[in-house]
Amino acid sequence: MALEFRSVTKEFTTGTGQNLVAVNDISFRVNEGEFVSVVGPSGCGKSTILSMTAGLYQPTRGEVFVSDDLVGGPNAHVGFMLQKDLLLPWRDIVSNVEFGLEARGVAKSERRDRAMAELKRCQLSGFENHYPYQLSGGMRQRAALARTLAIKPEIVLLDEPFSALDAQTKLLLQNSFAGTISQTGKTTLLITHDLSEAVLMSDRILVLSERPGTVVAEIKVDLPHREEPLRRRVMPEVSDYAAQIFKHLKLEEKAI
Amino acid sequence: MEAGAGAPAKAAKPAMNTQRNTFLASMALLALVLLAWQFLPPALDVPKFIIPTVTDCLAEMKRMWVQEGLLGHTLSTALYTVLGFAIGSLLGAVIGYLLGMSEFWEKVLSPYILALQIAPKVAFAPLFIMWFGYNSMPKLLVTVLIVFFPVLVNVLQAMRTVDRDLVNLARAYNLSRWGIFLKVEMPSTLPNLMAGLRIASTLAVIGVTVGELVGGNTGLGFLISYGGGQANAAMVFDAIVLLTVIGFLLYTVLVRIEERVLHYLPKAQQ
Repeated sequence: MALEFRSVTKEFTTGTGQNLVAVNDISFRVNEGEFVSVVGPSGCGKSTILSMTAGLYQPTRGEVFVSDDLVGGPNAHVGFMLQKDLLLPWRDIVSNVEFGLEARGVAKSERRDRAMAELKRCQLSGFENHYPYQLSGGMRQRAALARTLAIKPEIVLLDEPFSALDAQTKLLLQNSFAGTISQTGKTTLLITHDLSEAVLMSDRILVLSERPGTVVAEIKVDLPHREEPLRRRVMPEVSDYAAQIFKHLKLEEKAI
Repeated sequence: MEAGAGAPAKAAKPAMNTQRNTFLASMALLALVLLAWQFLPPALDVPKFIIPTVTDCLAEMKRMWVQEGLLGHTLSTALYTVLGFAIGSLLGAVIGYLLGMSEFWEKVLSPYILALQIAPKVAFAPLFIMWFGYNSMPKLLVTVLIVFFPVLVNVLQAMRTVDRDLVNLARAYNLSRWGIFLKVEMPSTLPNLMAGLRIASTLAVIGVTVGELVGGNTGLGFLISYGGGQANAAMVFDAIVLLTVIGFLLYTVLVRIEERVLHYLPKAQQ
């Protein structure tokens, strides 16, 4: 088991002293090498799930396991990336990719070798000495993926990594991410609000309800070419799956 | 080959032309002001002790160099400007970073910091003279005090606005508190620190000048009060010009450093 949530509830205390339940009694499992997407309305606690997996904060009730270890804090098993690339603007690309390795006792020359290898895998060879501002948005996200993969995580968490990109860049980047991820065989949890993105990229989709978020549906995507969303995209079944998710989200009732 | 080499040269030419044009226009303006300064006051019958001409000032500069030890005064002022600037901005930056790391102390101290920031620092000069006497201590303290706040406030402000997600990323990568400061917070705040230093550099000259005006017998500030007492306007003018030069040099050095340190920012300034 790569990732498991066991009846996880997370409450926050707001500034006014009120209790806010972000996610309520969530349980799910992600198998090794699986690509699972989490979709849901905005504010349903999608990012809370990610933060608890990364160990940035603890659940109020319940337990999170990564590779059969109880998550008690930031850990080496998990690499995450956000909508923002979070590249350090004062570092060139290769030093950015090395960033995650620096506090983990990896020797300098090995850091450089691993970073260069990841850059090559993410098709960024030749850009290692560029600074983030010199790259396009899509290239910056690929650099962020290289940094995430460089720490050799067992799980990759993607929190809406494509949502700030224009439509065409998005398609190309989804394709390149999917290729890289299936090449590495990493277990991946993708958090997204884009229904077709979830269908194109995943093996399985978890649909969350509105806050407090609970899992309302689990949809297995039975389509080939997970490693190449551009090929999946033209399949007629894709829209059926999207429609199915759409129904679970009860979006029609809200469209007035 | 001719065409290949010609294209970029053509693109670069207008940029260089505008640069040269602005420089020429600046110089022309300077010449105009100097000419007006030289010829307008005599033409309007303004006496020399009110507005001395350019040549009067130059002559006085030469006399001061020979008889008043102008070089020593200038170097003394420059030294205390740089010294006060260095000490004040170091203190401001260190305390800014410390407060930036502790929300509790920042909240406790912020009203007093604000009060001290508003208080006119130069007004402390007579107090410092009472406490430390007529030596270089008062002017150094005034300078340190006046430099301290813009640096502190800029650093503090920047520490508050460091991207939380970046800090979380560093935490997820197992960086220690010190590691996060060194690798994320400190570099994130550099643009603000540099902006604070630039403001502080112009204030440093004011601090030293006031310190020298109020007490002491060295420095350009002293020459201003000495020249003023003798109704020697040319001396005052010369001292002001030299003070400006000192401040300008310090500022230019800082801008150069900033360009090097912040090379990774897309060119937006200038």
